[in-house]
Amino acid sequence: MKGWMGKIRALFLLSLLSLILSGCGKENLTAFTPKGYGAEVSLNLIIISLLVMIFVFIVVMVIYTIVLVRYRQKKGQEDFVPKQTEGNKALEVIWTVIPIILLIVIAVPTVTATYDLASTDDKEDSLNVNVTGNQYWWHFNYGEQEIQTSQDLYIPVGEKVYLNMISSDVLHSFWVPSISGKMDTNPENENTMFIEAYEEGVYYGKCAELCGPSHSLMDFKVIAVSREEFDTWVEDMQNVDPEATPETASAQEGQEIFQNSCIGCHAVGSQASAVGPNVTNFGDRSMIAGVVEYSKENLIQWMLNPEEFKPGNKMTGNYSVPSPEEAEKIADYLLQLQPSEITPESATE
Amino acid sequence: MSTTIAQKRGIGSMLWDYLTTVDHKKIAVLYLLGGGFFFIIGGLEALAIRIQLIKPANDFVSAGFYNELLTMHGTTMIFLAAMPLVFALMNAVVPLQIGARDVAFPFLNSLGFWLFLFGGLLLNASWFLGGAPDAGWTAYAPLSTTSPGHGVDFYVLGLQISGAGTLIAGINFLVTIVNMRAPGMTYMRMPLFTWTTFIVSALILFAFPALTVGLFLLMFDRLFGSGFFDASMGGNSVIWEHLFWIFGHPEVYILILPAFGVFSEILPTFSRKRLFGYTAMVFATVLIGFLGFMVWAHHMFTVGLGPAANSIFAIATMAIAVPTGIKIFNWLFTMWGGSIRINSAMLWTLGFIPSFTIGGMTGVMVAAAPADYQYHDSYFIVAHFHYVIVGGVVFGIFAGLHYWWPKMFGKILDETLGKITFWTFFIGFHLTFFIQHFLGLMGMPRRYWTYGADQQLELGNVISTIGAFFMAIGAIVFIYNVIITTAKGEMVSGDPWDGRTLEWATPNPTPHYNFAQTPLVRGLDPLWIEKTEGRKGMTPAEPLGDIHMPNPSILPFIMSLGLFIAGFGFIYQIDDPRWLIVAIVGMGILLGAMFIRSVKDDHGHHIHKEDLEKGAGL
Repeated sequence: MKGWMGKIRALFLLSLLSLILSGCGKENLTAFTPKGYGAEVSLNLIIISLLVMIFVFIVVMVIYTIVLVRYRQKKGQEDFVPKQTEGNKALEVIWTVIPIILLIVIAVPTVTATYDLASTDDKEDSLNVNVTGNQYWWHFNYGEQEIQTSQDLYIPVGEKVYLNMISSDVLHSFWVPSISGKMDTNPENENTMFIEAYEEGVYYGKCAELCGPSHSLMDFKVIAVSREEFDTWVEDMQNVDPEATPETASAQEGQEIFQNSCIGCHAVGSQASAVGPNVTNFGDRSMIAGVVEYSKENLIQWMLNPEEFKPGNKMTGNYSVPSPEEAEKIADYLLQLQPSEITPESATE
Repeated sequence: MSTTIAQKRGIGSMLWDYLTTVDHKKIAVLYLLGGGFFFIIGGLEALAIRIQLIKPANDFVSAGFYNELLTMHGTTMIFLAAMPLVFALMNAVVPLQIGARDVAFPFLNSLGFWLFLFGGLLLNASWFLGGAPDAGWTAYAPLSTTSPGHGVDFYVLGLQISGAGTLIAGINFLVTIVNMRAPGMTYMRMPLFTWTTFIVSALILFAFPALTVGLFLLMFDRLFGSGFFDASMGGNSVIWEHLFWIFGHPEVYILILPAFGVFSEILPTFSRKRLFGYTAMVFATVLIGFLGFMVWAHHMFTVGLGPAANSIFAIATMAIAVPTGIKIFNWLFTMWGGSIRINSAMLWTLGFIPSFTIGGMTGVMVAAAPADYQYHDSYFIVAHFHYVIVGGVVFGIFAGLHYWWPKMFGKILDETLGKITFWTFFIGFHLTFFIQHFLGLMGMPRRYWTYGADQQLELGNVISTIGAFFMAIGAIVFIYNVIITTAKGEMVSGDPWDGRTLEWATPNPTPHYNFAQTPLVRGLDPLWIEKTEGRKGMTPAEPLGDIHMPNPSILPFIMSLGLFIAGFGFIYQIDDPRWLIVAIVGMGILLGAMFIRSVKDDHGHHIHKEDLEKGAGL
């Protein structure tokens, strides 16, 4: 008996200890420290339901322990035949009614929060971004502002931002745990969800619906900045001239190659790109393709063999692979596409 | 005739005996072997998954192969391991518990098994033929409809064939339990395991057709150019999600209810006390089965169904906690005041109660839709459903196997090895899955091939992987136990546990006709009633007479083989229409066997009264 309970207790302690050691996960990734409206609503509900359930668990375990201590067969009791009880009406009513009451305690805030998070009352007056999930990258289209970008979603802090989400291929799910719960992107209908970040900073987003081999490599970022910074960013992005001549000769050559070849799938500026990510502010990003360390070498390597970084991506086999020299020039061009002072770095400062 | 078969003990004749058997006890053994085999395969797939996740940016397996592993782990464990193992217990026990000589349709019983086996083999053949399915066990469209290669085709046809077997088995048990109960065995005297089998069979009857329809649509999309789930052709991928979960959620109860039944048999036996609140237990079972059909969209809270649908399905889901709670408390109060003996079967049962309670708790938590926006498709969900399916179903299967092993094989599994199995598996189980609740909320989505080194997810994953190896050790010890017991164990009496229900009234080994005279049932726990009144066995309900038994048949095997062959034809005809010949040949074999079955009179055979008196046919 002792050993039994001891082992369970040791197990819980071990799990708890490991949790403490690892903190509650990485800041701006974990759902344990919410920094946005949706995440806060979810966490509150998680805590309410967890407390109710811990109460139930304790009741079950207390009865369980008493039963095992008191009624275990002891030596010399082998022939003992206990009273054959059929049941107990009063007890059975108790353990039917009390759980119903406990469930109501959880159900009321559940329904309230469900309607709260689904409300679209102020959609017209808020910033709207059209989000498209693709294998394996995210596209963000600020319709009213005429800005198109990929991978990094810039939003003003402390404001509701409505995301109108759709998929261009298979199902994906948009999840930024520190700001909000997730919403699927379906190919046939647009889903709407709002997010609101409480603090400025860079938040980590992930795809949460199996979408192919690189499902785990579809990371993106939400960059929450002050309203002024956001306006600056919008202005900078709107002022981008895709034809502008880069400074260095290498980048100029890179631009030429890009305009002749890469443009078939990718885009710079506000035109929509049908197949590949928009690279208007590529030089402002902090990751290549969402998951690769940001360096010129990696960028060149990506252009030479994207399959190495994202298995099953749509680029592999669908473009004429540049020579290493060409790739370096394109890299020079892409890396200097830095339209704005507002970047992931500036947002974390 | 039966005596001559029984006396031939060559390997060939034994093989032929099992290929043709229609005896529910032998079919139980077949289900056990088939399910056990796939359980090992599914377990190896799980270990590969856990090794891949032991450190960040690991490349133990490639991303594409990882998706095949996770798909096949889920599909195998649900359809090819848990279901057949549950059917093994049902087949071994239910006819005995209701005092029947066999199931209602012994031929169909055999057909159900062979369809399951050949469906499973077809699905797993994909490993060697260009890659296994890789769209998850849920096979969400459009990923499943656009997945390259033939993997998902194997998924569709493999599951279609084994699903037909399941449907047949479900119908068979329904009819058996309705029609074949011994005199006096009213519905409200049926043991709980029979009750749960009864409800589960009804669930199968209504749930599996949804899967069948879904799989047919998916098959037409992939193999014959339709667009049911293709948005660009006017189709809708969300329809697949609905069809899948209309089947998929009841499927969870199809697995867990028999486990509840197992525990409801073990607890009274080893507490030496009748089941507390029998009537409430029966109605809780019925209610869980009923509500199980009204909650499927809680798997789809993030699909965008809107707040009304999400609220309704959230509350319906929470409602299931009430009958489940009733069951937990009734089990606890069955032990209250009893005389509790703890052996391996009982250990699994006692391990189940806290484990499943945690799974039920997180079940209510995930039912709260806005909280589920965080849990959904994260490791929290992985933790939750493993607490339910391992902590509930697998524990139930282990408990049931330890409990009924002496009925199935005449020997008691070694107790020491049984306890080692339990403790390693139990500790490993909690190590593996408890931490995953936290991993999920720390931002680890499920079905992730890898995670970044800077995401603080490493420690949790290491602990989880260590736990998985403990579970593997437990499983290996169990297999060793089975081998050792089979080789060296001693035959025991027909009633080694001081049992209460009818299955313990048969001698060891149970004759293939089960009961020479159909027993008269005089209440709940019929054997216990007879024993308390000083009798050694059941009172017969009929005089000794001739017994009519079905003949063995190879036709179920041949029919399933035909479908198996046809499956390859259907899969490969998309590459080359000449493969349609294979499909036609396979279907021809099936139809031919069906034709023979229809026109050939098979009246079975009789075991004569005189032979019974001499003890023949044992």
